Amino acid sequence: MDKFDVLIIGSGPGGYVAAIRAGQLGLKTAIVEKDKELGGTCLNVGCIPSKALLTSTDHFMFAKKEAEKHGIVIENAHVDLNKMQQRKDKVVKTMNSGVRSLMKTNKVTTFEGLGTITAPGKVSVKLADGKTQEIETKNIIIATGSAAVELPFAKFDGKTIVSSTEALTFTEPPKKFLVIGAGAVGLELGSVWNRLGSEVTILEFLPRIAIGFDLELSNLLQRSLTAQGITFHLETKVGAVKIDNGRATATATKGNEELKFEADKVLVSVGRKPFSEGLGAEKAGVEFDETKRIKVDEHFKTNIDGIYAIGDVIAGPMLAHKASEEGIACVERIAGKDGHINYDAIAGIIYTNPELAGVGLTEDQAKEKKIDYHVGRFPFRASGRAVANDDLEGIVKFIADAKTDRILGAHILQHAASELIAEAVSVIEFGGSSEDLARTCHSHPTLSEAVKEAAMNVEKRALHIINR
Amino acid sequence: MSVEVKIPAVGESITSGIVSVWHKKSGDFVNAGDALFTLETDKVSTEIAAETSGVLDAIVPEGQEVKIGEVVATIDDSKKPIETAPEKTSVGDAVSVSGKPTASPTKEKPADAKTLSPAVRRIVDEEHLQPEKISGTGKSGRLTKADALAAAQNRGAAEEKVEPPSRGYGGPSIAEDRSAEGGNRRGEQSADGRFVRKKMSPLRRKIAAQLVMAQHTAAILTTFNECDMSAVQELRTKSQDAFTKKNGVKLGFMSFFIKASVEALRAVPVVNGRIEDEDFIQNNFYDIGVAVGTERGLVVPIVRDADKKSFADLERDIADYATKAREGKLKIEDLTGGTFTISNGGVYGSLLSTPILNPPQSGILGMHKIMPRPVAVDGKVEARPMMYLALSYDHRAIDGREAVTFLIKVKECIEDPKKLPLDF
Repeated sequence: MDKFDVLIIGSGPGGYVAAIRAGQLGLKTAIVEKDKELGGTCLNVGCIPSKALLTSTDHFMFAKKEAEKHGIVIENAHVDLNKMQQRKDKVVKTMNSGVRSLMKTNKVTTFEGLGTITAPGKVSVKLADGKTQEIETKNIIIATGSAAVELPFAKFDGKTIVSSTEALTFTEPPKKFLVIGAGAVGLELGSVWNRLGSEVTILEFLPRIAIGFDLELSNLLQRSLTAQGITFHLETKVGAVKIDNGRATATATKGNEELKFEADKVLVSVGRKPFSEGLGAEKAGVEFDETKRIKVDEHFKTNIDGIYAIGDVIAGPMLAHKASEEGIACVERIAGKDGHINYDAIAGIIYTNPELAGVGLTEDQAKEKKIDYHVGRFPFRASGRAVANDDLEGIVKFIADAKTDRILGAHILQHAASELIAEAVSVIEFGGSSEDLARTCHSHPTLSEAVKEAAMNVEKRALHIINR
Repeated sequence: MSVEVKIPAVGESITSGIVSVWHKKSGDFVNAGDALFTLETDKVSTEIAAETSGVLDAIVPEGQEVKIGEVVATIDDSKKPIETAPEKTSVGDAVSVSGKPTASPTKEKPADAKTLSPAVRRIVDEEHLQPEKISGTGKSGRLTKADALAAAQNRGAAEEKVEPPSRGYGGPSIAEDRSAEGGNRRGEQSADGRFVRKKMSPLRRKIAAQLVMAQHTAAILTTFNECDMSAVQELRTKSQDAFTKKNGVKLGFMSFFIKASVEALRAVPVVNGRIEDEDFIQNNFYDIGVAVGTERGLVVPIVRDADKKSFADLERDIADYATKAREGKLKIEDLTGGTFTISNGGVYGSLLSTPILNPPQSGILGMHKIMPRPVAVDGKVEARPMMYLALSYDHRAIDGREAVTFLIKVKECIEDPKKLPLDF
């Protein structure tokens, strides 16, 4: 077999996107995937299937609680969970075959099996039939992603104590569902099963939910989710989880208080760790940091020539879109082009209802950095479209430099926040100011007008609210 | 071989000008006939074209005063136009095993005024900035609001460095005044938006210097009179249709005043002369300047041999000049060599004013707004369309009696146009 220009280990949103770009640039490209299907965690057991369930259950909530207000009468709205799960599986299958055909059209050779680096420029793949195949390549990109972090006192058993992977596949809603960790995964899956009838309790070690997002909006989200029926225990440290007869009992401390939680299922969603071991990277001499992430320079090159790493396996937020951008930039560098990433313009999103989206600095971060800043806010209840949609919850909030007016951060809480945040990301990417956004004509009536109004409120000239 | 680009002689009495804008940059390939730069003189601004094709090397910076005949650039005609190499991406070759990027960072592009962000557009507009001269810190070298704000703030200081204000006519200069206030000029520039400082155009600066020079050289005095416009108005109304049909141009007031001035100049020739050092020069021709206001300032194109021209010719000349002035197409020769000037402040509504001489001329007639006013006619009060007339003159050459006589002659010709050689 001919030598490849680039071989990518891992076919998640980092790896497969890097492969497409490499194919586009005319590089002879290969991709190695240990699982049966391409697409990685995101496509198979992460972003995509969770969004399928979140959307389905959101529709259910509409049918059950909102439809009547619109004059739509749905008698006895109920869920066929089996069918809901089948639809989710179909969504994943559609995406799987999409990625597979993209590999073909971009002339990317796919190897199914566990890839191991045996030396710089050499990768051996253990194929499904037990044979191994040795592949030579000029460049290797490690894009192996991450795995859910396990708690030592609450090891995953796949049945009662589960990770997000299993929590997406329950065949019936657990009567009592305990979630450890109030980050994106815990809040999203907590929402799914809460909507489907589970009694959901979320425990969080920190005094707040949704760490990394603006505190003001996180608090608003917590209030909203509480109203939807989810119970939160903050500043609560879980000490042990015991399994007895398929049921779990978790003990935790909250201040001086001892708390006990019984549950049919326990989701541990306390973060993810880089999937960096067992790849032969250590043997090849690749350096790691203290949290087992692979060390790379600004062009994603490891300390070993010809070996690169991107995505969750290196430093930075563990986000699919961050991995994709890195994959593109990395391949473009290999091809002698000039790939860049602006880490200040990568948004994070939690797909609850309302959705929480944020990019750039939070207000607390601006304070910490001692930046002189202005805040602009606009509530959706003052937006005509939000009123027509009956989606009044949430606000848009901008953090802008007091002197230059440059947008430093944008935060949105709204049913459609994940889509609305993109505009702010674009403006930030171009180093834009709140005035730039405020002077851009927005169509009426749209939710995006609220984004413009919040930008106008930075200089206290929003139109549909009293500017404070 | 290098060919020198010299400042051409653009007209009599013009010895210097200012290279206001380079239309080509050093290193540019220019074709013969391409406009190289704009030369501004106190009379007019002209584009100077390349006489040869080749690569330009500009020697003189924008804003510098240059003398006629001075070399401001060279053109190397041995060089061919530089081909811009098309961007090539040969992927196979570009793959570097070591992974070192072979491409250099994206070159900064000059900011295009059309693609400025909304906030930058506003600041550039309000602060009169030149976006192509601001360096951008945004994506691919784009200008951010911060860049524009910084440029607006720094401009004051930068300009001060470029051109220290020259000392005027005694007294402390403006710059000294300001530094005495504590040197916070920068903050004064635009921080609160209460005033905006901007550089005067070279043409404006020249006009200013010329006016002050006139005030300081001649002994300017103004005499006034008034004239009843009834007769001229009546004549115009009666003849307008036939005149327009015949000549393709309207019969205005100006031709009457030009003709009246010629008659008055014939009667009082000293007004049609000028002082040069210790001599007085008497002109025996009648080239009358007609002041025209334009966006860039006042210009005074000259109607040649006004004594020999018909009313129709005069009106046509004036109309042509007005069009040229609006379009900025007046040539140096259109503006030089007048013997007397007429200025009509009436078009802006002025009732009375003292015109200032157009050196080295000795007289200037000021026309004003026609207003119906009560006047005594045959012992009765009547409303008549009246115009005040003003003649400013150089008292060094012209006596008061001569000046008053001149103005009365003009008045008489206007009040009784039959005294003029009416040829329509």
